[in-house]
This record gives sequence, structure tokens and C-alpha cells, in this order.
Amino acid sequence: MAEPARTIHPAIAPEPLIQGPDDDLSITDSLFAPVWKPTMKGWWMLFLPALAGTGMLFTAIAYTVWKGIGTWGNNIPIAWAFGIINFVWWIGIGHAGTLISAILLLFQQKWRTSINRFSEAMTLFAVMCAALYPVIHTGRPWFAAYWLFPYPSTLGIWPQFRSPLMWDVFAVSTYFTTSLLFWYLGLLPDLASLRDRSTGKLAQKLYGIFSLGWRGAGRHWRDYMSAYGLLAGVATPLVLSVHTIVSFDFATSQLPGWHTTIFPPYFVAGAVFSGFAMVVTLIVPAREFLGLKHVVTLRHLEAMNKIILATGWIVGYGYCVEIFNDWYSGSRFELGHLGVKMTGPYAPFFWFQMFCNVLVPQIFWFRKIRRSLVIMWIAALFVNIGMWLERFNIIVISLHRDFIPGSWSMYAPSIVDIALFTGTICFFGMNFLLFLRFVPSVAASEIKEMAHEMRHKANV
Amino acid sequence: MSSPVEKPRQFVMAGFKEPDKMLVAAKRMRETVKGEVETYTPYPMHGIDEALGLPKSIIPKMVGTGALFGVLGGYTLLYWCSVIAYPINVGGRPLHSAPAFIPITFECGVLLSALTAFFGVLAWMGYPRLYHPVFEAPGFRRASIDRFWISIEMAGDDPNALQAELKELGAEETDFVTEQLN
Repeated sequence: MAEPARTIHPAIAPEPLIQGPDDDLSITDSLFAPVWKPTMKGWWMLFLPALAGTGMLFTAIAYTVWKGIGTWGNNIPIAWAFGIINFVWWIGIGHAGTLISAILLLFQQKWRTSINRFSEAMTLFAVMCAALYPVIHTGRPWFAAYWLFPYPSTLGIWPQFRSPLMWDVFAVSTYFTTSLLFWYLGLLPDLASLRDRSTGKLAQKLYGIFSLGWRGAGRHWRDYMSAYGLLAGVATPLVLSVHTIVSFDFATSQLPGWHTTIFPPYFVAGAVFSGFAMVVTLIVPAREFLGLKHVVTLRHLEAMNKIILATGWIVGYGYCVEIFNDWYSGSRFELGHLGVKMTGPYAPFFWFQMFCNVLVPQIFWFRKIRRSLVIMWIAALFVNIGMWLERFNIIVISLHRDFIPGSWSMYAPSIVDIALFTGTICFFGMNFLLFLRFVPSVAASEIKEMAHEMRHKANV
Repeated sequence: MSSPVEKPRQFVMAGFKEPDKMLVAAKRMRETVKGEVETYTPYPMHGIDEALGLPKSIIPKMVGTGALFGVLGGYTLLYWCSVIAYPINVGGRPLHSAPAFIPITFECGVLLSALTAFFGVLAWMGYPRLYHPVFEAPGFRRASIDRFWISIEMAGDDPNALQAELKELGAEETDFVTEQLN
């Protein structure tokens, strides 16, 4: 950089993004250490329950398929419940990964480098969990592809492309594909480093195959960086479109509580909000156990907490607009929905959602709290719960009291619903633990590139 | 590229500790030798493109084409399905309902761009290719960790003179490697 060096008072100078030795070898070795170390006892203690929970997930899926979706708690008028609540919740969690890896890359936010690999993996696993729900909800998942994807069949039937549910199919499958490709492309240089750093024959072979033989040639870096940047470029509008389309599932209907134009931006903000909360939930313990404190510093965590605070306000604004629109519409049904939301049988859920999503993030106004590991972890948990409740409330509260009092009803999840939901959490955890074990969870090549640039800047 | 079955390729290689010295050496080599010069670094660096005199990447054009095909293909699919192949009258709404077609058209554009970017760049770079002669250099394993390498393909230059010159330019180690054919 040719800019003249400015002197910044040490009290306000930003903390370094990498603490400790920043030469290439020590960065590589410190980041790869969790991959080479023998498996920790604590890892097994988390992995085995997660594996058992995954078993439960597949048992619950098998039972659902065997008996039919009548085993779930949803029934008319609450035709959608856990299936779509959890779908939207998981998809939302995934969005922070893309936001961190793509949007922050385009904005050249250097601090993203320490957490992008981690959050992209989170995206992948979250989208897997999300996609399970609608597929199982078809009742006969082996027909799902045949119903959903346009392919020439002898029946001459084609999907109904005016339905937001079809848009969902395209959005979610595109999202998963793009996230996977983006993640794998970012991983290539590190897989090559793992190949070159490994001592065992098997590890060398496996990492060698997965690295595709990457050798870091200058011509390749030029094309690679171009492709990586372009993938980030397309992932950015993609992530906005995915949750917009998810919100269309609701917003294009005429049900009070769903039929509102604020949904797309408010869903996207909510997704980012819950996704960042999930990143904090996962990274606070992970950086402790994997020894990543020198690259995932308090400055990184503080930045994430600021985003949680900011998106929390957008979500809060969304709630206000919803309430305002209910009142301003003058429609008795909209007003009735508002009353039921605030005072009806599910009102405690609504008020607890407000507490989790609007009140709790306000503690992040204080720098001390933004930098307190315990408090931020608990606050992030509240946000995760609050965002789950938000989806529950949007779906169940709107459906359980619709236009005709004769069709009012109440909803409670069945044991299969609960097993499926707990199961997806375990499945997510299992994948995540495998990822932490076999792949460097921080992009070493990108950290080295950043360290190189910082050294250069210091020398100029 | 000549057929590798007939003639194994040979390279002079040099590993540097300092990236800046490597860039200077790469530039010098490119200006003086006959064979193709290539650099190998653990991470992308400013200055490689200039040192090697690389033209702009073709990838943006490739991805742009992919995006165009995705958008046009997506819209055509929607139009054909909803208007020609399987027209359904839903409450008198037009069969060609353009606003409702936009989300999927957009997603198809993104999907095709992403697929083109990923598979296009890999194909363009020639991956997967698990073996390459440069891997024969013993110190090359650090090219993905903390060393900066140069290779010069032999096309009539004197390998010994080149190695001496590279040493003078600050190379930590130099090698002369020959492609192993099976």
C-alpha cells in the first residue's frame, strides 16, 4: 500500500487480527494442529451422543415414511408446523455463513478470514438439515425429485412454476450447490498444505486426492482468485434471494400474519441475526478447545456481536411494522390476529420471543459484555431460541385462528416431531465435529495471505 | 505441449525464503530464458501477475457466459412448461406470468454461474492432476507452506547456468527435475 503511514493513538488502534507469531510456518502449524493431534476424549464425548442422535433422526424418518406424515403433530388448520418451522430456522442459520464468506469478502472485511471456513461449514450442514424437512413432508420422499424437478416424463406433466414452493426448491438446491462449491474451492489450497505437511502415507494420499493436485502456480492463483471472487459475487445476491423466497411461501398467501410486504427484508435480517448467533454459539467453545484464540480473537467476537445487535434492531423494526400494519389495515381479521398474538394461548411464546430477540441483544451496547465470553454465549443461545420461537409464532399463531371460528384449533408437536428436530441438531453436531476433526477450521492460506499483506504494509 | 509419452519434460527449479526475491528472480527469468516461467506460492500475492506478465483471467468471461445461459435457459424452461407444454388456467391469470417466473430465472442464473465458475476454473487450470514434474523437487513440499518457488521449463537453456544465476538471485535451493513417466 502506498498510503502514507498514519499514527494512531495506541488506545484507539484496532487490535491485531492475528496474535502471536505470524510467520507462515507457525500459522500453518498452529491451524493444522487440531487435525494432527490424536482425537481428544472430549471430542468422543460429544461425537458419540451426536451419532446416537443421528441414529434417532433416521429412525424417526423411517417411522414417518413407514406410517405416513400423520405421525406428525400438524393437522388442519395447522397444516404446517414443525416441518416448516425447523426448515426456516435451519436455513436462516445457514445464511450467516454465506454472509460472512461472501458479503464480508466483497466488502474486504479482513476479520472474516478467521471465521469464514468455519461458518461456511455451518451453512452446509444447516442447509442439509433444512432440506430434509420439505423432502420428508412430501410423505413419499423417493418421489420428491419426480414431483419437484422439471424433467420430461411420459405423463406430460410439468411442475407449477407460479408456486412459491417451487421457487423454494430451486432456491434451496441452488443455495446448497453454490455453498458446497464455494467451500470446497476455498479449501483446495489448505488441502494441498495438509498433503505436504502430513507424515502418514494414507493421509498424504487422501489429502492429495482431495486437493486435486493443487500446486499454487501463479497462473492458477490468478484464475482461482477470479473464480473465488465471482462465486462470492453470485453468492451474495443468492443468500438474499433464498430467504426472500422462503418468506414468499408465507407472504404470497392471504392469511393474517403472513400477508405482508415486510416479510422478505425482515426474514433476511432474521436469518443473519440467528446465523451470527449460531456462529458465536459454536465458535466460543471451539476456539477454546482447538487452540484458535490467536486467530479468532476477542476483536472478531466483538464484531460479530455488533452485527447481532444491528440485525436485532432490523428484526425489532420488522416486528413493529407487522404490528403497525395489522392496526393500519383496519381489517378485523388482521386486528384479531394481532390480539391473539399478544394475548392468546400462545402469547407467552410471543413475549418470550420479544425478550430474546429485542431485549437480550441490547446488552451488546456495552463493550465489556461484547467481549465477555460467557455472557455472549448465553445471549447467543437466547437469540437462537428466540428466532426459533419467531418461526413458531409466525406459523402456528397465524394458522390456529383463521377466518372461521369453527376451524380454530391448537397445536402440539408429536414425539416424532421432537425426535426429528433433536435428531437434526445431533446430525448437524456430528457433521460439525467431523469437520473440526479432519479439516482445518480456519483458512490457513487466507490467514497467511493476510499476515503477508500486513507485514508488507508495516514495511512500507 | 509435446506429447509427454515421447519426451519427459525437464525443469530448473528454485525455492526462495523471501517472496520479494522470488518475484525479482521470476521477472528476470521471464525476460531472459526461452522456456516458460512459473511461480508457486502458498497464497496469492501481489506482483506475480506482473512478474510473469500474465494477461487478465478468462474466468469472468466464462462465468458471464454461464450466467447468461442460466438466465435464458431458466426463463425458456418456465415459459415452455407453463405456456406450451402444460398450460393451466389458474383463476384466469395469464399463462405467461413474468413476475412469477423471475425467482426461478434468477436462481438458474446463479446456479449456472456457480457451476461454470467451479468446474470452469478447475478445467481451465487442468485439475485434477495429481502428478506434476515440479513435485520431484525435494523441497517443493514447502511451496504450499512457507516457501516461494520458481520453475523454468527447459527449452534450450543451460540448466547449470540457470541454477547458478538463481542461486545468485537469492534462491535457498535449486534443483533440476525430470518428469517421471509411469
